[in-house]
Amino acid sequence: MHPEDLAEKAAQIRAETAAIKREVRVCMAASCQSSGSAPVLAALTDICGDGGGTCHVKGVGCMGLCSAGPLVAVADKDCTLSNAVLYRDVTPADAPDIMQSVCGAPVERLRCPTEQPFFQRQQRIVLENSGRIDPDSFKDYVAVGGYAALVKALSEMTPAEVLREVTTSGLRGRGGGGYPTGLKWSTVAKTAGAQKYVICNADEGDPGAFMDRAVLESDPHRVLEGMMIAGYAIGANKGYVYVRAEYPLAVERLQTAIRKAKGAGFLGARVADTQFNFEVEIRLGAGAFVCGEETALMASIEGLRGQPRPRPPYPAEAGLWGCPTLINNVESFANIAPIIRNGGAWFAGIGTEKSKGTKVFALAGKIQNTGLIEVPMGTSLRDIIEQIGGGIPDGLAFKAVQTGGPSGGCIPEQHLDIAVDYDSLKTLGTMMGSGGMIVMDETACMVDVARYFMEFCMTESCGKCIPCRAGTQQMHGLLDKIAKGEGTHADLALLEHLCEVVQATSLCGLGQTAPNPVLSTLRYFREEYENKLVDDDVH
Amino acid sequence: MQQPQPKPPLPSDDKRWKIVNATMRRHGYTAHALIETLHSVQDAFGFLDEIALRFVAASLDVPLSKVYGVATFYHIFMLKPQGRHTCVVCTGTACYIKGADTLLAGIHSRYDINPGDTTADNRLSLLTARCVGACGLAPAVVLNGDVLGKQDVATLVNTLEALD
Repeated sequence: MHPEDLAEKAAQIRAETAAIKREVRVCMAASCQSSGSAPVLAALTDICGDGGGTCHVKGVGCMGLCSAGPLVAVADKDCTLSNAVLYRDVTPADAPDIMQSVCGAPVERLRCPTEQPFFQRQQRIVLENSGRIDPDSFKDYVAVGGYAALVKALSEMTPAEVLREVTTSGLRGRGGGGYPTGLKWSTVAKTAGAQKYVICNADEGDPGAFMDRAVLESDPHRVLEGMMIAGYAIGANKGYVYVRAEYPLAVERLQTAIRKAKGAGFLGARVADTQFNFEVEIRLGAGAFVCGEETALMASIEGLRGQPRPRPPYPAEAGLWGCPTLINNVESFANIAPIIRNGGAWFAGIGTEKSKGTKVFALAGKIQNTGLIEVPMGTSLRDIIEQIGGGIPDGLAFKAVQTGGPSGGCIPEQHLDIAVDYDSLKTLGTMMGSGGMIVMDETACMVDVARYFMEFCMTESCGKCIPCRAGTQQMHGLLDKIAKGEGTHADLALLEHLCEVVQATSLCGLGQTAPNPVLSTLRYFREEYENKLVDDDVH
Repeated sequence: MQQPQPKPPLPSDDKRWKIVNATMRRHGYTAHALIETLHSVQDAFGFLDEIALRFVAASLDVPLSKVYGVATFYHIFMLKPQGRHTCVVCTGTACYIKGADTLLAGIHSRYDINPGDTTADNRLSLLTARCVGACGLAPAVVLNGDVLGKQDVATLVNTLEALD
């Protein structure tokens, strides 16, 4: 298949629905479903009927503002979210009024203004289709240009050219590490091996993060397309998506996408009528945080306990079943199609010097607008929290924002003006992580926060190496003692010493970064620890 | 060369074993089908008992110790039966900040159960999850598979009381 053939197919699909002028889009991602969007969709569909052939009600993916769900958008077809009329907290009883408004004045009592910074300040690349297309529809995806990048790569580019575009783009791994994606791909491509694998890491274990979940639930074909382009570039014909069992809806949407892509000849043998073959299988995680670490993840796919092993050898040389393996995160794969479509140089024009493109963040905690946002790298934390996030509710003051999950740290008020990218966050003693941002107000106790994360790492430690297994336990004990007001200065000194030891000697990322929440809260909120200390025993 | 072990008979004529067997067959009875198979057992039976672990071990030709190791390593696998209703309180960071511990305390004071426990009348099991990804609606619980967002103790306990 050539790009023109696919473009023709897309035009055909658009022609089939050309009569439809207006769309009513109901968010059917997990968050809005929990708020009750399924009955809303049913009620709207019921009233709309065939919509006189000009109006269409459909379920779509995440529109971002989860705290206001269920969300319903009324828009011209092909219109983006920021130009739609958006309704919040919709119930089935509102359906008649909303259907009335399709051709009339908006229902003011339900309106959620899209002129607010939450919608206007975003730049959507990864989420461009999210909230616009029906995630279960292959045709919807093709109609908005889906699979064009795959067909372009397969028919007009050599694997080396694909690698060059990805390298030029400057894309860095979105799972948190920030390793250059182009370099990773090139290493696997260069490694000799009859069998190679592509793995999509969808084991979004960081508590407080739900970006990958939303991408899988809103635009699953996009992830498959990215994986296939990767497979073509590195010479792999088999892929696995390792997804958490805690995300049943994401699994279901992905299964549907795989089935439909296969049915349409875009997955399986002879992808899009070319010589390229690619199979994708889903593997369910089983609730182990450590499986986000790549070697542990591969052990889990092999049916073993998810315990990491020392690197090297890196997965690029000896990965799944000893074969060269490429592992990328969901959001990294979701960035590939636009990079191939628009060129690496286009992507490299967005973001900061060393961190290109956009980043999806999950805003949660004590913040007005909780939900999902996508902003260019380099946006300031203050903009994200005060403008896009709408600030702290209940008139309370901001205290800290936590990024990077249990491997990250807390950033205080005085550093909010920093431009967010991989490197700037590191200098603050935290990390990008996969993109969870938890905002805390003045009521949060930072010792307690550190204890919370240490408890997490302690229970999630796989137990293989002693520094992590025993160290997290001891650090948790000390934090617990200090939090209860029973710790001494000697305990605090011991805690700091243990942080260094565990950081330096643990086998994998889980242990190496487990002290980070302690170190960062000590760096910025040391007085909170000291205020809780009692005088050392005098014997 | 070592002969492959003959496959063990199904533990009983309960039809659910056929589903489990189908999962293993689909993966060619290879050892790496272990986690997928345990998922399949848990979906069908609700938990993993010794009969199931022994059956899976023999079918996949994996030592029972390894099967037990995997079953206990991953949080999602249950080794004891659950109550008629299951309430999972999310303890992810967003839920923690928004008071997941008060939800657990509220359930404890009403039903006298801790995470991992089931009420004596077998009506309700309480579990915790590391993060269910409903952070935008924190604090969240998953009740019988449905995610309920923006919970507080009063609404949650009322919901639990209303269950049969």
